[in-house]
Amino acid sequence: MASPRPNSAATVALPAPRRARLGSRGTGGLGKGLLGIYLSALVLLPIAALVAKADTGGLSTFWREVSKPESVAAIKLTLIVSAIVVAINAVFGTIVAWVLVRDEFPGKKIVGALIDLPFALPTIVAGVVLLALYGKNSPIGVDVAFTRAAVGLALLFVTLPFVVRSVQPVLLELDTSMEEAAASLGAGPRTVLWRIVLPTLTPAIVSGVALSFARAIGEFGSLVLITGNLPFKTEAGSVYIFSQIQNENLPAAAAVSVFLLACALIVLAALNLLVRWRSRHVL
Amino acid sequence: MAIEVRNVNKNFGDFVALDDVSMTVSDGALTALLGPSGSGKSTLLRIIAGLETPDTGQVVIDGEDVTSAPARNRGVGFVFQHYAPFKHMTVHDNVGFGLSVRKRPKDEIGERVNELLGLVRLDGLAGRYPSQLSGGQLQRMALARALAVQPQVLLLDEPFGALDAQVRAELREWLRRLHEEIHVTTIFVTHDQEEAMEVAEQIVVMNHGRIEQAGAPRALYESPSNEFVMSFIGPVNRLGDAYVRPHDIELLEDSDGTGTEALVERVVHLGFEVRVELKLDDGREIWAQVTREQAQQLELKEGQIVAVRLPVPRVFEGESPAAASGASAT
Amino acid sequence: MSSSGGSEAVALPARQSRRATRRGSAGTGAKAGLAPSRAGRLGLRFVALGYLALLLGAPLVMIFYRTFEHGLSPVWNSITAPNAMHAFWLSLEIVAIAVPLNTVFGIAAAIWLERGRMRGRGLLGLLIDLPFAISPVVVGLALVLVYGRTGWFGDWLAEHGISVIFSVPGMVLATAVVSLPFVVRETMPVLRELGTDAEQAAETLGASPWQTFWRVTLPGIRWGVVYGVVLTTARALGEFGAVSIVSGRIEGQTQTLPLYVQDRFENFDTTGAYTAAVVLALLALGTLLAMNLLTRRAHRRRSH
Repeated sequence: MASPRPNSAATVALPAPRRARLGSRGTGGLGKGLLGIYLSALVLLPIAALVAKADTGGLSTFWREVSKPESVAAIKLTLIVSAIVVAINAVFGTIVAWVLVRDEFPGKKIVGALIDLPFALPTIVAGVVLLALYGKNSPIGVDVAFTRAAVGLALLFVTLPFVVRSVQPVLLELDTSMEEAAASLGAGPRTVLWRIVLPTLTPAIVSGVALSFARAIGEFGSLVLITGNLPFKTEAGSVYIFSQIQNENLPAAAAVSVFLLACALIVLAALNLLVRWRSRHVL
Repeated sequence: MAIEVRNVNKNFGDFVALDDVSMTVSDGALTALLGPSGSGKSTLLRIIAGLETPDTGQVVIDGEDVTSAPARNRGVGFVFQHYAPFKHMTVHDNVGFGLSVRKRPKDEIGERVNELLGLVRLDGLAGRYPSQLSGGQLQRMALARALAVQPQVLLLDEPFGALDAQVRAELREWLRRLHEEIHVTTIFVTHDQEEAMEVAEQIVVMNHGRIEQAGAPRALYESPSNEFVMSFIGPVNRLGDAYVRPHDIELLEDSDGTGTEALVERVVHLGFEVRVELKLDDGREIWAQVTREQAQQLELKEGQIVAVRLPVPRVFEGESPAAASGASAT
Repeated sequence: MSSSGGSEAVALPARQSRRATRRGSAGTGAKAGLAPSRAGRLGLRFVALGYLALLLGAPLVMIFYRTFEHGLSPVWNSITAPNAMHAFWLSLEIVAIAVPLNTVFGIAAAIWLERGRMRGRGLLGLLIDLPFAISPVVVGLALVLVYGRTGWFGDWLAEHGISVIFSVPGMVLATAVVSLPFVVRETMPVLRELGTDAEQAAETLGASPWQTFWRVTLPGIRWGVVYGVVLTTARALGEFGAVSIVSGRIEGQTQTLPLYVQDRFENFDTTGAYTAAVVLALLALGTLLAMNLLTRRAHRRRSH
């Protein structure tokens, strides 16, 4: 068995250059080039073009577009409703997560799977689905179509999974002995909740809230049908951007886009920092 | 095939993994790379295999410089510490993988796989998946897989590290016999000196990225070239700058003028051997290893005073292996 | 948002949702913990289920009811309407192009991010995640600004007779952008878990990098990739905002199924809108089912 292999010796002395590790070699130089082109064509160039467009007339033009009354109304509506929606998400999302982890009832698995439905459902369908129950001819007599409440309802629907899905795994791993220890030390259920459970869940809740907020700011499909898109009343930021594009007013669309995008990124970054800061100081 | 490593250096960032390492392994030898964790032994093995590239230096297999050859062209069989099974393949496909990527005909592969599974005593398990095998079986499958391509050199990284004590002992014995059977040049990495002593024909002791000493197990034990080798291979007592093996310490009933007196602090019976912890009259503490018979003869018990005859202790000058290499004599 | 793992705090929806669902179905039942009183527990259950019923369950049931309330034949007519069929096939066509592109890209990018050693990987990861943080409308706008008539490449594309915006290539592009991160993000953790040992073993056994990829790496990560593809497909089928902008919404030509839903609704053809919506909703439910099955399989494999 120690006999020389016919196919090995001949190929041994290849003057190979210093090699990178397997993975990066697999994609090679050509692969990396293609990867770069694909990513540039899909993300990098479009974003660059967007920022360039928003900046065409300099900062003053950008600001003028953003501070037009109709843009201000749309931006304000989006930011305020999004803030309310994520606050509701924080509360109900945590409760839903708690029930899914700690409670036991028939059909729990199905409920757990359905939580992801808003992720899987096309946004335009989300709007139609909500209208079927909460539009005109509502069988329960609740008609929110074309109101600001409709904006909130649609955003609640599409952002539902975020908080639930980020709190759930933390709650699953939360060591119940910590709660039992607190109880054995004389803490009542209320104290255990406020001093032990909620502080542990906070980073996950914040993280879910951040994602909800970013999604809510950019949401479009679910709002189109249910809100009626009435300027100064139910027209959200993304819908305003859409109408500016339809009117071929691309600088205005780009300016508001960049502004809202910046809001989303700032909130994401701020909450991220908050969570990190907190975990460094608490743990 | 003989393996030669010449002046190899390897750094990972600031960490010096290998510091000017040179060694030679002769054709057909069974060699152990022995050292504590972080000593660079695994890195050296991976460099020989071609899984890492040395910063400087050369690797020569069978007279050919393979330093820049990719692993797949080196004719090296490598057995990974955690076996690295292909989890989605059956045992048969795992073992046949090397032949199959060489596009050998199916029946040839089948024949060879069966032959190898017989050799590693896994016959009948060809259709199983790795998740259905025990640790020892996985180990043998990994070995068969490495042998399937008839490597010039077989490299094993901590081959028994993840196994429990009993399986470990069996596999050691079995690896030795396998090597006698197929005589492929073999290097294995271990941190267990007993394992190295038991299995290897030649041991290379490594520490801090350097080779401390290389030689036959007995030579290393009997004439270690420095204090690291002495204390890593076998138990040792340290008396100031000097080193004494516990079984070289003689205990006598009464001093005949040649020994010193010592107080027996503790007697531990470990089956055949008895470990005696002593306090010398100058306050230094050492331990001696005696047989059960000797202990009975001396009626050793705690608090007793015995006479101790120390052998001529070994003194190593300086720490570096270069300085110590000529000073192993007493 | 970065790939470095340091900023796990605010992670991605896809990654997070998967982790949660995996663990979610891992639990054999309720975790005991310190239970509030029985009344409290029932109260919380009531609140949670009531909230979900009002927001998710009832509207979903309602749309099925509304769709079928006048019997099957209007539904059948709506489904077989030429524009509906066209929209359906166009959606499939776009999915059939965009999803394979993103799959190949996603696997390559995941390997690059996970195994590569070059600098700038954090930035690359951020760039790949960006479509999750951007409104689909903004994605559409950004694409128009590059590939539209007045965009950066507008003149060049016009000279060469290539139309992107207001035609299928632009819609494929928009779909690919919004569904870009899924395969990358689902493949990376699986790749990490797989480790490099098996790949190195293949290498020492004589396999070329391609052979190693096809025979060891890809089979090792296949369920992660499949999961990513399921998510990509669901998103691609349902994308509305970005496609709406780049398509021009020409009836019977550049109208995908989600655009068709809007068109029918705005033209007061509620049965048509509901029917198309139900088709999409069924596909979404199918996606959920697939996600659950894959998650369960991943569990079984791990518990071996």
